[in-house]
Formats: sequence, C-alpha cells, structure tokens
Amino acid sequence: MVNNTKITVKNFNAWFDENQVVKSLNMEVFSNEILGIIGPANSGKTTFLRTLNRLNDIEDKFRMDGEIFLDNQNVYKDIDVNLLRKRIGVIFALPISLPMSIYDNISFGPRRHGIKKGLDEIVENSLKSAYLWDEVKDRLNESALNLSGGQQQRLCIARTLAVEPEVILFDEPCSGLDPISTAKVEDAMDKLKQKYTIILVTNNVKQAARVSDRTAFFLMGELVEIDTTEKIFTVPSDKRTENYVSGRFG
Amino acid sequence: MKKRFNPKTSQKIAFTILLLSALVTIIPVVVIIIVVIKNGISAISWEFLTSMPKNGMRAGGIFPAIVGTFYLTIGATIFSLPLGVLAAIYLSEYAKENRFTRILNLGIVNLAGVPSIVYGLFGLSLFVIYMKLGVSILSGCLTLAIMELPSIITATKTALNSVPKQFREVSLSLGATKWQTIRYAVLPYALPGIITGTVLSNARKTGETAPILFTVAAFYLPRLPSSVFDQTMALPYHLYVISTQIPGIEKNITYGTALVLIIFTLSLNLVGIIIRTRLRKQKKW
Repeated sequence: MVNNTKITVKNFNAWFDENQVVKSLNMEVFSNEILGIIGPANSGKTTFLRTLNRLNDIEDKFRMDGEIFLDNQNVYKDIDVNLLRKRIGVIFALPISLPMSIYDNISFGPRRHGIKKGLDEIVENSLKSAYLWDEVKDRLNESALNLSGGQQQRLCIARTLAVEPEVILFDEPCSGLDPISTAKVEDAMDKLKQKYTIILVTNNVKQAARVSDRTAFFLMGELVEIDTTEKIFTVPSDKRTENYVSGRFG
Repeated sequence: MKKRFNPKTSQKIAFTILLLSALVTIIPVVVIIIVVIKNGISAISWEFLTSMPKNGMRAGGIFPAIVGTFYLTIGATIFSLPLGVLAAIYLSEYAKENRFTRILNLGIVNLAGVPSIVYGLFGLSLFVIYMKLGVSILSGCLTLAIMELPSIITATKTALNSVPKQFREVSLSLGATKWQTIRYAVLPYALPGIITGTVLSNARKTGETAPILFTVAAFYLPRLPSSVFDQTMALPYHLYVISTQIPGIEKNITYGTALVLIIFTLSLNLVGIIIRTRLRKQKKW
C-alpha cells in the first residue's frame, strides 16, 4: 500500500478554558485508510476530531495551537472554513436528521453550495453509497424522522457524501445503534474507504479492530501509540495500550 | 422534635393550598368576562359594530374605533416584527458574550419595564413633535412598535434557543455558512415561537391606552382615517372617554365597547395559537 499523507498534525494542543484536553499531538492520516481512534472517555479523541473541520470554532471556550494540514494546506490559514467543512465531513454520535424530508436532508448541503441542477441524481447516488437507497427510494418526500435510528445514521452518511467530501470523520457513529444497524454502518464504511479517507473515533475497541486499517490509542489527551491495527491488537509497544485493548481498564 | 402532621395530612394540606392558588388566579379573568358579557351583550348589534358614533358618543356605533385599533395593531407589527426579529437573531446567534451585549440585553429588559405612559410621552416628543409626524396613525404605530420590541425580542431569542444546537452543527459541518445555517436550519424551526410571541404581545399592546393617548387617539372623530397621517379613534381610548368623560351614557354601551375590545384581543390570541399549532405540525422534531 502506498501511503499518501492526507492529513498532517504538528504539535497540536487544545484547551477548554484552562483545561488542556489534547497535548502536543503529532500524527499523520493516510489517504483511503480507515484510521481508528480509541481511548477512554476524556482522552481528547472527539476534540481532536472536531478540530479537523474546525467545528470547535463555535465553542467559546475552545483554544488551540499547533498546525493541521490537509493536503499540505493549513486548515486554519490556507482554506476557507466553509470549504474545509465541505471537504472534511463529519458523522455525529447520535444521528441528527433535520426535521424535513429525506430528499431535503440529502440535498441540504449541495443546495447551500449553490447546486440547483442534478439534485435528484446527487440524492440517489448518495443514498446508494450509504446503502439506504433501496429502503427509502419510494418515500423520499417523507419526513426523515420516521426512519429508524440505523437508517437515520446512514441518512447522515448519505447527507455528508452529497457534498463530495474527501475525508469523513465518524464520531462514535454506532454508540446508539443495535448490532445489526452497526454492522450495516460498518459495511458502508468499509466500502467508502475506496473513495474517502476515514477517521473513526470509537469507544468500542472491537469495532476499531474490525474496521480500521490503523489504530491510534489516546489517553488523557496524549497519543500513546499509533500503528497498524494488527500490531496494536497483538503486539502493542506500550504497556498502557496493551492493558486497554485487552480490557484491563477503560 | 415532635411531628405535627403525619405525611399524608401534610400532603393533603399542600395539595389544597396549591389547588386554591391556581383557582384564585383564574377567578378575576372569569369574573371580568362574565361581568362584561352580562352588562354589554345587549349593546352588541350589527349597527353597533359598523356605524359611526352619534349624539356625543351616547348612541350609534364604534366602527371607527374598531378600524383604528385594527390599523394600529397591524401598523405597529409592521415596524416591530422585522426589527425585533433581526435584533434577536443578532443577539442570540452572532453576538459574543461581552460587556457590550450585556448592556444591550440589560437595556432590552429595562425597556420592558418602562411604564406605558412614559412610552406615550416619548412618542409625543420624538415622533409627533421632533419628527413632525403629528398626532397620527404613523406616530401611534411607531410608539406601540417600540413598546412591543422587548417582548418580540425575548420571544424570538427563546424560540431561537429552543432549536437544538445539533441542527446548527449539522448545517455547519456540511459547509454551510453561518447565515445559511440560521436561514435554513434554525429560523424555520424557531418560526412558530416567534409568531406566537409576536401575536401574543400584540394582543397585549392593542389594549393599551397610554401610548396612544398623545400620539394618535382622537377624542371624537366620526369618520374613518384617510391616511397614515390622520388621527383615528381607538377602542381602549374610546372606552376610557365614554366611561369617564361622557355623562349620562347608557351602561350597556360602555360594557359593549369593553366586550368588543376583549373579543378583539382574545381573537388575536386565538390566531396566534392556531398559527402555532399549524406550524408545529409541519415542523416537528
């Protein structure tokens, strides 16, 4: 596998008020991989994720330093924030469907970027890529809130795909889903990595083992270890990683 | 320490006190409505509602007062709704928490506490005299509009805050700008609250006498206003006039006028509630 670097993080620190939540983080994310990020609660995983597409900007108490590059462009300096968020999509822990039709949910993003023609195709393709098309193709104009939790999460994936991102961030996307819905979302992720770079934050260690190519272990705001998933789960170089993945704490 | 009541008894006492308090609060409303209907219903007729007052307001109808109040209600909303909503959007979505916005918010809260007669005098000096708009519908509408602003701003802020933060995050995370996010992912869902707040505050202000006293209301003007620079009669002021300034007026005319005013404000409330229910059905989450 040729490792093209998609995202580079250099000396990244983050605070909420006086509370440092991420400490001098250095890491890289490669194109078309699924990078799993595991770690106990309050280890800075989600904060790191939300910094990548600058969603933390809307938090008053958030402060950061260091640099993050997307394709060698500094996300805080070289890229317009709205364009950055179009290129780096995010799927939240709880599926948040906007209270409008399925069709309007999917076309919400493209419409905001001024696309008026070809919306039907975008909606169809996005839903197909998220493996939801067959279940909803006859009721695109129904409210998205009528869908089940698992369907709504795939709807959120489709909605993100509709703006043609390059990177997709998954923030514990299956924490509220049953095992069957989880399997469907994981299937979708596995196929999506052919086209997209995926970062998956998860509390579920087994999920990381199942779907990610590489895995990073965060603890108390520090990156303890990042390596191939196989290595992390068989011969981790740090004792703490071993303890965590074998279920001895966390 | 000795227990004075067992838990069951104290529970009963508490329940009774709470129930009585609730009942006491609605007694005045019920009594007012009953008294007004009982004394005023005999005056209500098609002629009373649609004809001009006659014989020094002792006979005839109250048509110009109804029309005047209608104009004032609509006119005030035309000014206060856009201004109030836009200000509230700025304050709740854009403004950062700092001394400037704290002063701004404090100002709005205090604006709500200003006595209505002070608004009347303010309207007289600013709109009627300084801006030379005269005693006119326009001056009255502007005065009422300023008086309505705090409640519209507060209602809009509450409505905006009740829209889940996640809607904003979803919209932003799809690359929408802040304004697009407000326009398409927040405002549509805040609309029921905004409309209800506006209509309810309208209903309240429609019944006010003091702010229109010096700015628009005519003592006796048995014709319809011809333009926004014309004076007009209005229900609350007309009611004040006929109940204090006109000797020998039939009691049922006074109460009939009060009844019309009450029905006017209650139907505004009803309209607000209907709009809210309709919109809620469409935008449910």
